[in-house]
Amino acid sequence: MNAAPDNPNRLSLPGLLRLVVGRDLMLAMRRRADVLTTLIFFVMVVSLFPLGVGPETDMLRKMAAGVVWVAALLASMLSLGRMFLADYLDGTLEQMLLAPQSLSVLVLGKILAHWMLSGLPLVLMAPVLGLQFDMSAQALWVLIASLLLGTPVLSMIGAVGAALTLGLRGGGVLVSLLVLPLCIPVLIFGTGAVEAVSSGMSVSPHLLLLGALLVLASAFTPWVTALALRISME
Amino acid sequence: MPWFAWLSAILFAYGLYIGFFVAPTDVQQSEAYRIIFIHVPASILSMFVYLIMAGYAAVGLIFNTRLSSMMASALAPTGALFAFISLWTGALWGKPMWGTWWVWDARLTSELILLFLYLGFIALHASIDDPRRADRASALLAIIGSVNVPIIYFSVKWWNTLHQGATIKFTGTSMHAAMQQAMFTVLVACWMYAIAMALARVRSIILERERNTQWVADLPEVKQ
Repeated sequence: MNAAPDNPNRLSLPGLLRLVVGRDLMLAMRRRADVLTTLIFFVMVVSLFPLGVGPETDMLRKMAAGVVWVAALLASMLSLGRMFLADYLDGTLEQMLLAPQSLSVLVLGKILAHWMLSGLPLVLMAPVLGLQFDMSAQALWVLIASLLLGTPVLSMIGAVGAALTLGLRGGGVLVSLLVLPLCIPVLIFGTGAVEAVSSGMSVSPHLLLLGALLVLASAFTPWVTALALRISME
Repeated sequence: MPWFAWLSAILFAYGLYIGFFVAPTDVQQSEAYRIIFIHVPASILSMFVYLIMAGYAAVGLIFNTRLSSMMASALAPTGALFAFISLWTGALWGKPMWGTWWVWDARLTSELILLFLYLGFIALHASIDDPRRADRASALLAIIGSVNVPIIYFSVKWWNTLHQGATIKFTGTSMHAAMQQAMFTVLVACWMYAIAMALARVRSIILERERNTQWVADLPEVKQ
């Protein structure tokens, strides 16, 4: 950690969080291609669907939310492998485990940075893709809200999988096998919210459940990820 | 261990005999309902085995006992088998009853997730070379996944969908006595099968891991 102050004990938890997030963001900015690949993958997967199933507007409008959500899920899987790998290879992760500060907070910082780099761009890109699928304005807003609530959960659950498979052969495929089943509830409520708009029902239950998942995940997953990292680094 | 296996075989034969030949034909569902004699016990077992597996995994993770982690990894394939049988027989039952092999109903979906969780557990365990690390990493996964089991169990209550609710309740049942008898016999048979298989598998795992020790070398089967 090149930016660590001289006396680590004086570092407050929010300060620590800011430090980790800032470091990861800076590292990512040095290699912009990695971030862009994820985004381009997302756009391409979504654009492939109209080519595959045909350009009927009615059908596209119906499946838009599902397609965007599944593509977001796959795109966030794609970048999971990088979450801890670079730090693991150059020894930074070992120093983080030894650090006097709480590992959970460090992990939370890494999750936040991962979401800013792979989740947030997808959320910002989603409305444009939604327009390609001829979604209504209201459905677009709900899609953005559901993605905003849901993509952090994907990053958090993904962090557990990434930590468990750290440094394994074929970790990339394995992490999808572990993480995808656990992400199904997020997918169901995320697409359910958009579907509720088009069928004229109330949106709030779906969004509230997504919010509940977010709260639950942010309480437990940093801690579980820290445990998994300790197991992987033994 | 052979006791459990024999008991399982006898009970399977007896239970399926009652189920297929003694139990009366259902008024609405005719003969096809007899699939439940396999479907229901397999589904119950697939959930129970997961809970037991997660319990063993948790004990192994917390108290660092080697045998409980081995039991967890020995139970996983049996549980996966039951989850698969449950989905398979469910599909066979769904075709004549609901007119479709598969619906995206809450209970079916969550049972499918259970199968994926078993497969993920097995895959994670298989891909880590160091057995101790494999035990601990997959134990963590098993514990996270156990969130799913109550969701499967209560899914027919929470989401009122195509899959029917529980018929057998603690307060009494609306089932014919012979049907009940058949189902419980098969259920016990499945239990015995799961115990026999897990014990057989854990025996192999112990031998495999302890292959460099003196007591394994002293075994009569190894010596000859």
